[in-house]
Amino acid sequence: MAATTVTTTTTSTPTVRTTRRRFPLGRTAAWTLMGLIVLITLLPFYWILRTALSTNAGLNADPANPLPVDLTGSGFERALGLQSAEEAIAQGGAGGGLDFWRYLLNSVIVSTLITGCQIFFSAMAAYAFARLRWRGRDKVFGLFLAGLMVPTIFTLLPNFVLIKQLHLVDSLLGIALPSLFMTPFAVFFLRQFFMNIPHEVEEAALLDGAGKVRIFFRVILPMASTPILTLSVLTYITSWNDYFWPLMVSYSDGSRVLTVALAIFRAQTPATGVDWSGLTAATLIAALPMLVLFAFSARRIVSSIGFTGIK
Amino acid sequence: MTVASSSPPSRGGDGALAAVFIAPAMLGFLVFLLWPTLRGIYLSFTRFNLLTPAEWVGLDNYVRMVHDPIFWDSLTVTVEYVILNIGVQTVAALAIAVLLQRLTQSALLRGIVLTPYLMSNVVAGLVWLWILDTQLGIGNEIVTALGADRIPFLADETWAIPTIALINVWRHVGYTALLLFAGLQAIPNDVYEAARVDGASEWRMFWRVTMPLLRPVLAVVLIMTVIGSFQVFDTVAVTTAGGPANATNVLQFYIYGSAFGRFQFGYASAMSVALLVVLSAITVLQYRLTRAGQSDLG
Repeated sequence: MAATTVTTTTTSTPTVRTTRRRFPLGRTAAWTLMGLIVLITLLPFYWILRTALSTNAGLNADPANPLPVDLTGSGFERALGLQSAEEAIAQGGAGGGLDFWRYLLNSVIVSTLITGCQIFFSAMAAYAFARLRWRGRDKVFGLFLAGLMVPTIFTLLPNFVLIKQLHLVDSLLGIALPSLFMTPFAVFFLRQFFMNIPHEVEEAALLDGAGKVRIFFRVILPMASTPILTLSVLTYITSWNDYFWPLMVSYSDGSRVLTVALAIFRAQTPATGVDWSGLTAATLIAALPMLVLFAFSARRIVSSIGFTGIK
Repeated sequence: MTVASSSPPSRGGDGALAAVFIAPAMLGFLVFLLWPTLRGIYLSFTRFNLLTPAEWVGLDNYVRMVHDPIFWDSLTVTVEYVILNIGVQTVAALAIAVLLQRLTQSALLRGIVLTPYLMSNVVAGLVWLWILDTQLGIGNEIVTALGADRIPFLADETWAIPTIALINVWRHVGYTALLLFAGLQAIPNDVYEAARVDGASEWRMFWRVTMPLLRPVLAVVLIMTVIGSFQVFDTVAVTTAGGPANATNVLQFYIYGSAFGRFQFGYASAMSVALLVVLSAITVLQYRLTRAGQSDLG
């Protein structure tokens, strides 16, 4: 999908006097709606920041205060495991150990492994589907596409049984393995881009004596860098945020990723007197890496999300 | 979607090289997608608890499923969730996409709209759990400021499912909007110009130009989001854990509980097969009804 910047000419053309006169009102209403959407989108982020910087006692005393109550960093200290158990309990925490850095590292390892391998293997397959000639190609691709329809829940139980038989339960590899090699979506997504690369480029490289493997690495991959970046960020976000599968596979701290740890942190706190300050602080720290990743890639990403194959 | 051949004619095949290039993806496809699908179907005809070998029981699991009121309840709850979630999300995403196209092309706004999508369902669930907390949440401070009684959003049987549906709308609407926005970008601007010359209002242009031309993309987005929506799990797991009184016991949650809470893998598999059948039927139906494969853009 080429991100063509279409300059919408909303005013101009003198023939539209009636619409033009009415337009400011409609335009104001539209901008108001847009503002409201932005507000609903962003306000929850401010509210967890405000809560994370408050004390639990302060939150109880003054729940509606728009600013942090008794500004403090103790929620973050608790989330990062920097407080002693007594101190944490005194401030409304559960006092249970939360090995935050370890979960963070686990999440980074799993997501990086999945993204790196999945995109590379999917790109190789997409290249074979888009640019190589072999018998049965379109039939095999059709089979891959059909895989797009299978809901994740369906493969999760049998995959769990398989991972258990491979003795990979409770390991980072066990979490990563099922999505390490491909997803039908990634293959489909990249194939569309590879197909749109003009053949002349390839022909020229062939004339220069480059083999098809070399063309893949030196011509095709660099030319598709933006879609590959987009897909990588989306894949990273998806694997970082995955909860169901890691929850099934991991039992101990060694393989626990952030999403699972957060849910456990939440489950540990009693129904009454939840450690909201610590919980929101942990939530923010868990979300931060994706926000940073997105901040660096947003410009290219938001322009190239879209349908590649639907015309 | 075209599955057309793209390589130039002539020159011999690349069979051997293609085999090497496709090998890793093929391994993943066979081992972690095709085989588990077949195995899941097989397990649904067995009694299996992980500890002893699977024992063939024929249709027992399916008979049990048909007579299981909790299964039907959870299916009902799931459908209720999907209708609310998809209904609100599609309308909101369409509104955002059109605003993004007709009002401004700002990449910053597109980025902002996408931010909730960066959060995990777990994080989104926790954030809203706090905002909607009955005693301390700002949501209820606003409700009481407006003069109404406090609403136990996630602790009340009637409120819980709509609340979870809206939480997931918050998280996913931006991504859906961007997919639709990409579809809108494919509509040539001169169609709008022509409509404007004819004196059409923005409202009229939306119904006469945007909607008909966006239909194929909208249809595919709808199919994708419905399939995703049926698989709700994470948000339920962190906010209500199926309660109160099974009010949010969505199908995935029930399947998970049967497998890992009660170790009834065979029964859980049978319910997964049921879900697969429902999803396939809906996909085919939607594809037909919305004529997703055809375009009005010449």
